[in-house]
Amino acid sequence: MKKTLLNKNSRTNLITYLVVIVAFAVMQTLSSQGKLGSAVTGYLVPVCCYIVLAVSLNLLVGICGELSLGHAGFMGVGAFSGVILATMLKDSIPSPVLRLVLAMVFGGVLAGVLGFLIGIPVLRLQGDYLAIVTLAFGEIMKNLIGNMYVGMDDSGFRLVLATAKPKLIGKGHKWILSGAMGITGIKRISTFAVGFGLVLFTLFVVLNLINSKEGRAIKAVRDNRIAAQSVGINVTAFRMKAFVVSAFLAGMAGALYGLNFSSLDASKFNFNTSINILVFVVLGGMGNILGSVISATVLYILPEAMRGLRDYRMIIYAIVLILVMLFTWSPKVKEYTSVLADRCKRMFSHKKEAAVK
Amino acid sequence: MNNHYPKKTVQVPTFNTYRETDAGKPLVLDVRNLGIDFGGLTAVDSFNVSLGPTEICGLIGPNGAGKTTVFNLLTGVYQPTRGSVLVNGIDTKGMSASKVTKLGIARTFQNIRLFTDMTVLDNVKVGMHNQIKCAFLSSTLHLPSYYAAERKANQRAMELLDFMGLAELADQKAGSLPYGVQRRLEIVRALATNPSIILLDEPAAGMNPSETTELMHQIRRIRDTFHIAIFLIEHDMNLVMNVCETIAVLNYGRLIAKGTPEEIRQNPQVIEAYLGKEDA
Repeated sequence: MKKTLLNKNSRTNLITYLVVIVAFAVMQTLSSQGKLGSAVTGYLVPVCCYIVLAVSLNLLVGICGELSLGHAGFMGVGAFSGVILATMLKDSIPSPVLRLVLAMVFGGVLAGVLGFLIGIPVLRLQGDYLAIVTLAFGEIMKNLIGNMYVGMDDSGFRLVLATAKPKLIGKGHKWILSGAMGITGIKRISTFAVGFGLVLFTLFVVLNLINSKEGRAIKAVRDNRIAAQSVGINVTAFRMKAFVVSAFLAGMAGALYGLNFSSLDASKFNFNTSINILVFVVLGGMGNILGSVISATVLYILPEAMRGLRDYRMIIYAIVLILVMLFTWSPKVKEYTSVLADRCKRMFSHKKEAAVK
Repeated sequence: MNNHYPKKTVQVPTFNTYRETDAGKPLVLDVRNLGIDFGGLTAVDSFNVSLGPTEICGLIGPNGAGKTTVFNLLTGVYQPTRGSVLVNGIDTKGMSASKVTKLGIARTFQNIRLFTDMTVLDNVKVGMHNQIKCAFLSSTLHLPSYYAAERKANQRAMELLDFMGLAELADQKAGSLPYGVQRRLEIVRALATNPSIILLDEPAAGMNPSETTELMHQIRRIRDTFHIAIFLIEHDMNLVMNVCETIAVLNYGRLIAKGTPEEIRQNPQVIEAYLGKEDA
C-alpha cells in the first residue's frame, strides 16, 4: 500500500527535479568552458524567470482551475519593487547575491500582498469574470508603474504619481524610477545560479503543496466546488492560498528578471506577456509541472533563436504552437504513442527475460 | 449566541419512533419549522424533524416534493427563510456549508459529485481535510509533522475504504469507476469527515437489486460501527421500509406524515400523495 502511494507522485516529482538539475549542470559546465555563445548565455536567466512564472501560473490555472490573465502584472510589481530595493541597498549591502535574494523576497512579498488584496474582491468571482478582472489588474499595474516616480533624497524615500516628471526636491535627490521612462542604469546582479535556485525553490513549494492536504483541497475546489464545501473545505480560503502563492512566486521571478537587464520599463509587463505565460502553461499541460518547465524553456528560446528570420519567426512560432497542440490533444496521436510505448515496454521485458534465462 | 435554545433530548416513546438505546441522549439533528421561499414559490414549509444519535430515518415523497431542498437547507447550501436547524444543539443560521459540515453533518449527492480527476484514496483524504492537523507552512515545506499527519491520514483512509470494500481501488481515478462504486465512494468520503449524522441523497439510485441489498446491509453496518445517525432520501420503497426506523413523508414541501414504516404504509394521506385519490 505504502509503496504504491509513494511511487506514483514521488516518481514524477523526482523526474521533474532531475530534469531541472541535469539541465542546470549541463548549461553551467558549458558556459564555464566558454562553449556557449553570448546570445545563449543571455537566455539563461530569462528562461529561469519564465519557468518560475509558468509553474506558478500552472498552480493557479491547472491545479486551482482559475483562469488568470494578469500574471505579468504580478511579475511587473516584483520586477520594479525588486529593482528599486536593490538600487537603494547598493551601498549598504555590498554582496550582490544577498542583494538579489533580498530583492526577490521583497518583490515576492509585495506581489503576494497585492495578490491578497486583489483576491478579496476578485475571488468572489468565477470563470470568465475572474479572467476579466485579472486582465484589468495587469493593465492597471502597467499603467500605474508607467506613471510612478520613485526617488530618494537626504530625507528618505519619495513616491509620486504624476503624468510628467515632478521637479526635484531636497538635497541629493535622485529619481530611481521615472515614469514611462522606467528604470535605467540598473546594476545587473542576476545570475544563472540564483535563477536555478529560484526554479528549484518554486518546484519545491509547488510540488509539495500539490501533494499535501492544502493541494488536495485546492484540487477538490477545482473539481467540484459544492462537494468540496460539503466536506468542510472553505472554498474562498483555498482559492486565495493558491492565488497568493502564485503571485508571490511571480513577484520573485519578476525581481530576478528585472535585475537581469540594465533598463526596465513598464510596457514590458503587458497583456502579451501574460498571454505568453498562459501559452506555456496550456501547451505544457494543465496541472503538469514538468510540462510547464519544458514548454517555458522551448517556447521562450524558439522565437529568440529565430530572430534571424525576422518577420517569419512569428509565423513559424504560431505553426509550432498549432502542431504541439495537435500532437498533445489529438486522439490518433495519443493512440499511436501508446502503441509505441507498449512496443518499447515489450522489447524491454523481452530483454529482461532473456537476461534471466 | 448559538446556544440559547433549550437542549432537547430523545424522549422514548414520544411517537414510538426513537430507538430505546438513544433515550436521554441529546438530539443530533433538530429541525424546527424550517421553510424556504424561492421568490414567490414556497418550496419547503413548516418542516419539523428530529433524529436521535443512532437513528436511521427516511425522507420520502413524490418527485418535486422538496426532499433535496431539505437536504440543501440542512447542510447550509441554502439559507432558510424561516425556522432553524440545530446540529448537535448548535444553530446553523448564517453558517456557510463548510462550517455546517464541521458541526458534524456530512452528505452525499443525488447526482454524484466526486473529485473525478483525483484518485479514490485522495477523494477520501479530501474528506478528512479537517481531521488532518498540518499547518500550511508544514505542508509546503514538508516538515516532519507533514509526514506524520499524512501517514495517519493514509491509514485511516484505507480503513474506511476497506470498510466499504473499496480498498483495492485506492489508486484508481474516481471518475473511472462504475456508477455503483462511485456512490459507495461518496459515502466513504462523507464518513471521512467524522460526522455524527450522515445524509444520503438517493443512495440506491442506479443500482441493481443485488447492489441495493448490499447497500441495505452497509447502511446498517455504518450505523452500528460508527454509531451515527443516518437520514436518507430514497425512492426504493423496499430499502426504505427495511432499513429505516422512522420515515418522514414530504409532499408539496410540507410534511404530511411521520412515523414507523408500518404507520406510514397504512397512512391514507401518504397513499393519496403517491397514488392519488380513489374515486368514489
